Amino acid sequence: MPLIEFTDRGLYCPQGGFFIDPWRPVDKAVITHAHSDHARAGSNSYLCHRLTLPLLRLRLGDHHYQAVEWGESVTINGVHVSLHPSGHIIGSSQVRVEYNGEIWVVSGDYKTEDDGISGIFEPVRCHTFITESTFGLPIYNWKPQQEIFSAMQSWVTKNKEAGKTSVLIAYSLGKAQRILPPLSAVSDRIFLHGAVWNVHQVLLNAGINLPAVEKVDLDAPKETFRNSVVIAPSGTEESPWIRRFQPFEVGVCSGWMQVRGNIRRRNADAGYALSDHADWKGLLSAIKATGAERVYVTHGFQAALSRYLNEQGIQAAEVRTEYGEDEEGTSAAADEPQNITP
Amino acid sequence: MTGMRLFAELVVLLGTSTKTNDKLEALTNYFSGAVDKDKVWVIALFSGRRPKRTVNSTQLTLWSLEVTGLPAWLYEESYHTVGDLAETIALLLPDQQDPVWSGLTDVERAEEDGSLSYYLKRLTEIGKEEEPIKKDFIIQCWAHMNKDERFVFNKLITGGFRIGVSQKMIVNALGRTTATSPSVIAHRISGSWDPAVISFSNLLSEEDAASNVSRPYPFYLAYALEDEPSALGNPDDWQAEWKWDGIRGEVIKRQGQLFVWSRGEELMTERLPEYQAFSNDLPDGTVLDGEIIGIQPAAGTSSSNQPVSPGNFTVLPFAALQTRIGRKNVTKKQLTEAPVGFIAYDLLEYEGVDWREKPLRERRAQLEQIVGNIHHPLMHISPIVKFNTWDELTGARQTSRDRGSEGIMLKKKDSPYQVGRKRGDWWKWKIDPLVIDAVMVYAQKGHGRRSNLYTDYTFAVRDESNDNKLVTFTKAYSGLTDKELAEVDTFVKRNSLEKFGPVRTVRPELVFEIAFEGIAASSRHKSGVALRFPRINRWRKDKKSDEINTLEDLKKILQRHGKGGGSNTEGSA
Repeated sequence: MPLIEFTDRGLYCPQGGFFIDPWRPVDKAVITHAHSDHARAGSNSYLCHRLTLPLLRLRLGDHHYQAVEWGESVTINGVHVSLHPSGHIIGSSQVRVEYNGEIWVVSGDYKTEDDGISGIFEPVRCHTFITESTFGLPIYNWKPQQEIFSAMQSWVTKNKEAGKTSVLIAYSLGKAQRILPPLSAVSDRIFLHGAVWNVHQVLLNAGINLPAVEKVDLDAPKETFRNSVVIAPSGTEESPWIRRFQPFEVGVCSGWMQVRGNIRRRNADAGYALSDHADWKGLLSAIKATGAERVYVTHGFQAALSRYLNEQGIQAAEVRTEYGEDEEGTSAAADEPQNITP
Repeated sequence: MTGMRLFAELVVLLGTSTKTNDKLEALTNYFSGAVDKDKVWVIALFSGRRPKRTVNSTQLTLWSLEVTGLPAWLYEESYHTVGDLAETIALLLPDQQDPVWSGLTDVERAEEDGSLSYYLKRLTEIGKEEEPIKKDFIIQCWAHMNKDERFVFNKLITGGFRIGVSQKMIVNALGRTTATSPSVIAHRISGSWDPAVISFSNLLSEEDAASNVSRPYPFYLAYALEDEPSALGNPDDWQAEWKWDGIRGEVIKRQGQLFVWSRGEELMTERLPEYQAFSNDLPDGTVLDGEIIGIQPAAGTSSSNQPVSPGNFTVLPFAALQTRIGRKNVTKKQLTEAPVGFIAYDLLEYEGVDWREKPLRERRAQLEQIVGNIHHPLMHISPIVKFNTWDELTGARQTSRDRGSEGIMLKKKDSPYQVGRKRGDWWKWKIDPLVIDAVMVYAQKGHGRRSNLYTDYTFAVRDESNDNKLVTFTKAYSGLTDKELAEVDTFVKRNSLEKFGPVRTVRPELVFEIAFEGIAASSRHKSGVALRFPRINRWRKDKKSDEINTLEDLKKILQRHGKGGGSNTEGSA
């Protein structure tokens, strides 16, 4: 019996009787992070990182939650479970599962670059590693974030000089907080869309230090926003909501902006290939660092990455999951024929 | 900043600008900052002139694989996700500071090395060299370029800068920088000139423009009529003609020589040898605007010695013309099987004088005389559609398809001949397309702004005589909104059955109404038909896949509309 099985409800540890990031309601769920494709409502109990807990409460409502620190081991039916930083967003964790000396690690979503707020990705030695592959093609190689931030800052400054508002489209949990420090260095006022604002409040209450912001007041006169910075989630750039900021420019922050066509398709004035997922090199280095004998590749370019790993002498197979259906994952989610089974 | 970097930044700006004004500003800034030699090249590149290819895309791909050490299949995967070869390679190559380039980035560079024109000059020069020298040059260039520069550099090699910059925009930006009227600029930068030789000031100077005998005028283009024609006012003020489905062209006779230009700014003289027959009867200093189109001379007029009655001709479907264009050398057989003629509808220059400011009625009168003197079965004046009321014209429009036309052109009788696409004086009033309901069976990822999205589809109809098996009959790439594309993309990703390279077979469930302008028999397609301008008219979410049209329906449309064009037998006004 494998330590973790791939079932139609999600990744399941039969020995421990728990699921990791299940996409249907289960009895015991271990949650890697609070993005909605990984944390779904309806399960009886949830185990997650201390900083993920308030976010789950915000998104899933009241449930039975148990919070742990990184590295703290919990034993469930004889199986040792511990969480380790994955560097994706605040609280995001890899799940290490150990039984009878056999170790499996589920990566959840991760990035290898230190963004200063999400914790630093920790390579965990294991026998079997289950990795994401959102950006699992060699065309995805991120610039250092400082370089991207500088470009973003000059864009905001240029817009200010032209009397325009800079609207940045970023995921409300993760990216929105990550771009705050560089933006607050060039803008006196930063306004948040309601969805971003809600996450922001939860994080402040959890004791996270974040730059000063204001909520977009729907009744405020237009002049309030002039020359300022606005952070809003994806989708708002096409809604009437955004018109109040006229004149404005739209910048989209997403790894998909690496390819020119995506910037044009989004109709963005600027695109910043800033991602909370590992790029090609990040994926390869993380996988190698685990020392795993066997790798399962989930959501993203799983066919390409697993084939490449096999050619590199690392035994790998693709697995179909229901992750990557929102947030950054959308574009490549389930981009493989259906008749693939692990 | 080097000239190459300046150009790369311009391309980035143009690629992401969503507003025409921003693009215009970026171009104007470029033209006021760049060196003259580079400006000439930018005008050339953005007006569809490309340097000769000296390195092919296979070589580029192989060399990039050698540098990156990636397997070829992974390159293929990447290419299908990016949708552009130049960009794929630019993204795959390591950054300047990566150790892969060690030794190469230190290469001593001469003063002029950084300019755009330097790279273009070198690219031409290496054409004569052996492959290892070409390879060395390309790899060294990559090594000291950033990602954006590598992208434009690769584009220069593979050709084709399609980044949403119209000729009109270039002309306006140049007009702003040089304080010259856009129509003058448009004329000066049209025609044939070599960006490697000509200087910026010569290109834009009057004397040089006059000395170029083959230089065409910029075309005047019509917008589609969206309202009812009655909104145009008094019918007496308007001239109606059939709208032809050929290639827009200019026939120029100057200094005893005849030239033919297409709207794509391509000199087509050699591809249309039959046009030389017009030369003798065409007065020197004449420029005609009209349609280059396949014409079957009417019975009894197949020999050029016999008299030609005006307006008496049959047009051939576009497919016939397609067998001719693109070929530089035409065989006798092709000349007989697919003769190409000219339907003249405007006079731009007469006796060496620019007539564009004169009213249409005056130009038309003179044009009738000129064309009348030619007496050749392949040269016709565009017949005028007579009408007294808009209702009458609406009725006439219904007969368009029968005569091989796509609808009606409406031109104000007192209108001058303008530059580019303008509203007001000229309108095209096309007939409704032919339509058929079909199911999507294959999908492939698109290019450019549709990269990494399944946007290119193949459609099928049912074959009732063969167990309702699906028969593919066309591909279509456009017609859906971005939102619908995203929806279909998700469907494809979840319902794909098999993968053949970049193509997915999908569950035949989504039904679309396919619109097209024409149909012809074709042995190249399983269905036996080839469509003209197929596109998605709408997504029939209300229909199931067993409600789509049949192969029989398609054949019926072929019988009704597929037999060549139609004849135009009534005389001109």
